[in-house]
Amino acid sequence: MKNTQDTNQKRRQFLQKGAAVTAIAVAPGVMLHTAAKAKPVGEAVTDAVRWGMLVDAAKCADGCDACVQACNEENGLNLLQKPHDAEDEMWDQQIPKWIRNVKVKDNLTGHVTSLPMMCQHCEHPPCVDVCPTTASFRRADGIVMVDRHLCIGCRYCMMACPYKARSFVHEVVEHKLTRTPRGKGCVESCNFCVHRLDNGQTTTACQDACAKDGHNAITFGDLNNPDSEVSKALKEQSSTQIRADLKLNTGVRYRGV
Amino acid sequence: MKVRAFEHGLLLALAVVLLAMAGVASADDKAGWKSGTSLAATQEQSCVRDAAFMRRNHMEVIKHARIDTVRKGVRGVDGSLSECIACHVNKDDKGAPIPVNQEGQFCAGCHQQVGVALDCYQCHATVPTH
Repeated sequence: MKNTQDTNQKRRQFLQKGAAVTAIAVAPGVMLHTAAKAKPVGEAVTDAVRWGMLVDAAKCADGCDACVQACNEENGLNLLQKPHDAEDEMWDQQIPKWIRNVKVKDNLTGHVTSLPMMCQHCEHPPCVDVCPTTASFRRADGIVMVDRHLCIGCRYCMMACPYKARSFVHEVVEHKLTRTPRGKGCVESCNFCVHRLDNGQTTTACQDACAKDGHNAITFGDLNNPDSEVSKALKEQSSTQIRADLKLNTGVRYRGV
Repeated sequence: MKVRAFEHGLLLALAVVLLAMAGVASADDKAGWKSGTSLAATQEQSCVRDAAFMRRNHMEVIKHARIDTVRKGVRGVDGSLSECIACHVNKDDKGAPIPVNQEGQFCAGCHQQVGVALDCYQCHATVPTH
């Protein structure tokens, strides 16, 4: 009962704060700009921020998998072990991948483009629409993720995702990281290194790795802030959403595709 | 009426027997208590709530924190499971952390004793990592 009261109280406070913010936003001549700064650790995320990414495929070097490796290490995917009875090909298909290295070939010209494909963090995510338990959800700050506490492993979201971004954990996981819990029977996908963002950092592991290798193909930041690096880059040059026809308003945009 | 009185008597007798059995059981429990403990618990360092409350309600505290953390991105909350583990994990002779769900350790000790499944560690790390 106490919990319910607490929740109601918090909800009330949240609504009051929300009303105050709205009042500021609609005041004439006042622009609400959020600086590109991290949120305080102990506070809930808000929709003042929308995390997003720009991938410049033209800078993406053929054969480079620095972002994939960095992602695997950051999120404990490299700790997954192949079951004894699994064949290599089967394991390669089943091992969870948050970033897939995709090659696209223009059949008319023969031009090949490499690009990292991951969860596109849609504004209208099909995975959230189909989830029967609300495990697949979109956070206020635009990150689409899986609440493993609620995931029943039905894999509807994997079917619904146009980007093949989600993976299923088929086997018992022996080695886990505190920052990325993982267990058999749940679906997972890229969450923009949410543990970093929640703890005050403003970069993702893939972005850091790409910059470290000198490619700088990945720009990450707040799409709601016109002064953020990613917003400026998107404004300066044209970019595309993959499968823009689906009108999902993806948080990940591509250039040079 | 006689039947009703007989039923009452029977129930009373049953209650007395059950209470006696419970008494015996609790005495046995105390004798054979193999609850896991940890340095933090024995030193009675200040937990997020007092020990008596935590023994009965830790799951509620953790569950509340998990919703705030996963769905709202609030970190460093009271009842964060990683903080529980960071405090209550025991170290072996070489200083290496022993998983909290290992037999006799802080989490597993009690859960084995009372026969309650410990599901957290199907996904969560059992020693402090990154």
